[in-house]
Amino acid sequence: MRRALSILASNPLTIAGTLLVALIVLAAALADVIAPFPEHQGAVVDFVNFNKPPDATYIMGTDLVGRDLFTRILYAYRISLILGVAVLAISVPVGVTLGLIAGYLGRRWEYIIMRVTDVFLSIPPLVLALSIMGVLEPTLMNGMLAVTAMWWPWYTRLVYNIARGEKVEGYVLAAEVIGASRAHVMFREILPNCVPAILTKMTLDMGFVILIVSSLSFLGLGVQPPTPDLGSMVAEGADYLPDSWWLSVFPGLAILLAVFGFNLVGDGLRDILGADR
Amino acid sequence: MRNVLSQTLRRTGTSLLVLVGVSILIFAIARVIPGDPARVALGPNATAEQVASLREELRLDEPIVVQYLAYMRDLLRGDLGVSLYTNRPVAVDVAEFLPATLELILVAGVMMVGLGLPLGILAARHRGRWPDHLVRVVSLLGVSAPGFVWAVVLMLAFSYYLGWFPVAGRIDEQYDDLRHITGFLTADTAFQGNWAAFGSAWHHLVLPAFALALSGIGQAARLTRANMIETYERPYIEMAEAYGFPAGRIARRYAFKPSLIPSLTIIGLDFAAMLGNAFLVEAVFGWPGLSRYGVQVILRKDLNAIVGTVLIIAALFILVNIVVDLLTTLLNPRISHAPGGRA
Repeated sequence: MRRALSILASNPLTIAGTLLVALIVLAAALADVIAPFPEHQGAVVDFVNFNKPPDATYIMGTDLVGRDLFTRILYAYRISLILGVAVLAISVPVGVTLGLIAGYLGRRWEYIIMRVTDVFLSIPPLVLALSIMGVLEPTLMNGMLAVTAMWWPWYTRLVYNIARGEKVEGYVLAAEVIGASRAHVMFREILPNCVPAILTKMTLDMGFVILIVSSLSFLGLGVQPPTPDLGSMVAEGADYLPDSWWLSVFPGLAILLAVFGFNLVGDGLRDILGADR
Repeated sequence: MRNVLSQTLRRTGTSLLVLVGVSILIFAIARVIPGDPARVALGPNATAEQVASLREELRLDEPIVVQYLAYMRDLLRGDLGVSLYTNRPVAVDVAEFLPATLELILVAGVMMVGLGLPLGILAARHRGRWPDHLVRVVSLLGVSAPGFVWAVVLMLAFSYYLGWFPVAGRIDEQYDDLRHITGFLTADTAFQGNWAAFGSAWHHLVLPAFALALSGIGQAARLTRANMIETYERPYIEMAEAYGFPAGRIARRYAFKPSLIPSLTIIGLDFAAMLGNAFLVEAVFGWPGLSRYGVQVILRKDLNAIVGTVLIIAALFILVNIVVDLLTTLLNPRISHAPGGRA
């Protein structure tokens, strides 16, 4: 613990990242309180104040139908974070379990699971998510499913590589000798040794899920209006460059800040947990 | 060398298997579409006969296994079916749009390696000091935003405010009737000796390629830095330092090559991922590549075109990874991908 704190203290970027992430999570959670115009998260139209550059009332300007951009970014953060948690909550347990089975049981299991994983990893992530979204209706739920479907193989591969190395270690053999069940060996003996790597990857991935979800909606295949979403806000604004620059620049910066924050924390976590051995 | 050859063959074999798997996956995704795919594709105004004839054409009334086998039989003859969006064979569409995308990706890939590796080396040589911190922040920023955000930012700064680069397109309008040979405009213009058009093509290419390359540059720099630092701790580097070799020579000749090998795999993956990320950059810069086509066919639920496009992208993706594997083997004879061999 002390070692962890001293690494943390010597790394100002990690501290900055932690603060950034805390700030974003807090802002998203308290959006109802902080947002100047909470009703602007939905389908509100205010043609008097449309497309206004940033000023004292609208600190990031207003969009094409007069909604406060700052408000919409706060609510978009909330949805992005929820999506990120949901994607990881499904794909990590699935991916980790498959990785443990393939790595520890080996043989037929290893062959089948790892070949299927190879197939999923052979399609560029964005293209796979796009084609799944293509056949489904573009809703929040389906967007989450599409991203989840492309996310689990990365955890399978990560855990598989660790588990394959660990299964010949003394402590695993010892557990096997005293007659521990295969489930016990996988989840109670090997899994704890995968946790640092999994945690580090999850932190980094929170940022990358936000990134990929915003990419989907940027292409018009993700979260649909009037639900606020950072990607579709950038797409909408890109048509009005350079005059209405705030329309796309602020949502773009919002994506950058969130992903940057999670990356800094993930990097720091890797140093502290020594996950990349 | 024989080892390399047999390994390539084996690698190609497994890759073909993976590609068959990809085709099954994509085919399955395209057929689980809720509702009648033919009705969805033709829209609500189509007549019952039109829907019935499309159902027959797509063999939708037969079991999915039969549909798949028939599709694969056509595929082996180079027939990807007809796109419902353009009414042309999917293979023709892809052949038209792919070169623009490949040109973009190749230039971005060169930028990724050409800028990412030197930045990583610089950071490793000055680790703990300001060049290191600067490279770390810059590369993290590069990784932290999707291509379309960089595209918007770069376009705003360099095209609109500074006016250094054109806003959209592949080449100035006056060269539109230029003869296409390869579809790579930089190559086509050079073949025809039209240097003004050649310059115009590059002028249009630089900014989108850089937007696409940014996250790869960051990734490459971070990896190279981490691997270089690990190599710097090896005894033979210490020995070279003790002999008083110049730091630049140590970095280039002794530390860089062993550090490159682990980076290469990830760089290859990043390069291949550009096939997907190009979708985002192309959309901002109005780049007439595979992206606009891909998004259109997905929005229109054009099944043949979706399956065909994804298959071709996956095949390219796998090809890139085979090449990278080969390069790592050539660079480091100790790595053996043979079964039972020690990696």
